[in-house]
Amino acid sequence: MSSYIASLVSVIGINLILALGLNIITGFCGQVSLGHAAFYGLGAYTAAYLAKLGAPLPVTLLAGTAMAGAIGVVVGLTSLRVRHDFLAVTTMGIGFVFLGFVRKQKWLGGELGISGIPGSGLDPVSYALLIVAFAAAVLGFCLWIKHSWMGFTFDAVADDEDAARTVGVDVSIYKLTAFGIGTALAGLAGGLYIYFARIILPDTFDFVQSIAILTMVVIGGTGSVWGVFAATVALTLLPEVSRAAADYRLLIFGAMLMLVMRFSPGGLAGLARRRLA
Amino acid sequence: MLFAELIVKGLVYGCMYAMMAVGLTLVYGLLRILHIAHAGVFALGAYMTVVVTNATGSLALGFLVAVVVSAAAGTAIYRLAYQPILHHSAFVPMVVSIGLFIVMQEAFRMIFGAYGIAFDNNPWYVANVDLAGINLTYVEIAMVIMSVVLLVGFGLFAGLTRVGIGWRATVSDPQMATSFGVDAVRVRYVNFLFGSALAGIAGGLVGLLNNYVEPTMGGSVSYKALAIVVLGGLGSVRGTLVASLVLGVVEAFGAIYLADIFDRDAIGFLFLIAVLMVRPQGLLGRSSGK
Repeated sequence: MSSYIASLVSVIGINLILALGLNIITGFCGQVSLGHAAFYGLGAYTAAYLAKLGAPLPVTLLAGTAMAGAIGVVVGLTSLRVRHDFLAVTTMGIGFVFLGFVRKQKWLGGELGISGIPGSGLDPVSYALLIVAFAAAVLGFCLWIKHSWMGFTFDAVADDEDAARTVGVDVSIYKLTAFGIGTALAGLAGGLYIYFARIILPDTFDFVQSIAILTMVVIGGTGSVWGVFAATVALTLLPEVSRAAADYRLLIFGAMLMLVMRFSPGGLAGLARRRLA
Repeated sequence: MLFAELIVKGLVYGCMYAMMAVGLTLVYGLLRILHIAHAGVFALGAYMTVVVTNATGSLALGFLVAVVVSAAAGTAIYRLAYQPILHHSAFVPMVVSIGLFIVMQEAFRMIFGAYGIAFDNNPWYVANVDLAGINLTYVEIAMVIMSVVLLVGFGLFAGLTRVGIGWRATVSDPQMATSFGVDAVRVRYVNFLFGSALAGIAGGLVGLLNNYVEPTMGGSVSYKALAIVVLGGLGSVRGTLVASLVLGVVEAFGAIYLADIFDRDAIGFLFLIAVLMVRPQGLLGRSSGK
């Protein structure tokens, strides 16, 4: 594996963990989140800060995951208070609060972020394989959830919260669980990212990043694990395949969001299902 | 004096937010769509103002073109982007709106360049007057006057004219209004026409205020306008106006007293989240935000 391929594989793996995490919140449990990048950033900043203090990789990854998941549960609490459109704007706000906070903190490097992050101790190829292993584990975990008792309950909450409550589902617990798991995964992705990039900037975790992650989920088919998998791989590779696609990446993302929603709101998965039916 | 000055500056910003947010509220009230692409219309208005003004030397012509183009663009957005997907759940139009906003932002970058454009001749953003010890630039004063005139005009229109009454009827109960002979589709067009024209004017004024127009200028303002719409209780025009002014003032104070901890954008959203935790239905909202 050349180092170019290794970096490509690393990016795909990280994006997969991000997209699958958001898919648990928005796809499985039906809670709109427009601030997923903030949790990615939380994980990355936590891990980077600890790594600079000399903490080893397992500790930083765990801390990043735990930090993002813990704050994620707190943010999930807002989903108990507000729903749908209110929640969309609130989660968007979380992203801005995170960025606005980080940018002003001198001990986190302010606008310049954190640089000089120590290496993982692995060569790039082995590290890429480690990321892939994590991504594969997350994929397996998502497939397992989807067909577990919890997956069915998520489905019920996403479908009709009040009806779910009527049949005895503790909606609050499931929403918080979805937020906790989804955001913890984003934190894990953030932790993995720092050893790959070795430098983090606040702008990496901005609203556009949140939208990019959402794009992967929506185009794949909100709620479909394999759809999200396919869309994430395709959308990550797209800028690599053609120079033009790299220059107009955002334009293409935006146009795809519009077209997919217009003609197949179920995304690629919805399209495939219709073909088969 | 700092205290009074912060309040006044906050209210000036609040007026600008109000012009943006009223359009969003109207769209939300009527169609239950979070119209994020409204920000693109705002930036479009700013670009039209600066480009036409620089080309012709006439600011009035610049604003005229901005209003016409923004209104046309807003209407086209409704017809082409939203109308075909209205039967889907709210998530679908919201994602479309996000996609559209990104496309518009990238289009501005391609057409007008990634670096901003300034007005060739803009003496008004520095020229100022002293009002009881508080310095206000001409643009800031124009912002306040424009927003008051336009919003009062809108209030009279909605309250007293036949079209306005039909409009309000459609917002509160589309089915009932339709059976009383209100043309619901026409109301939607009027809605987008008016809201987008307001956003275009706000864009032009913000361009003048900063003497700078750039592709991403819609971002920060529009996210805040969304926050305001939610803060005001989604779909309540009165709530939106109150929330605009409150947010402007909160930001002005926050930007001074919390400068070491949060930036300006974060303060607005922090305030929003705090309010929503206490009042999930927004400041003046009636229903329970469901």
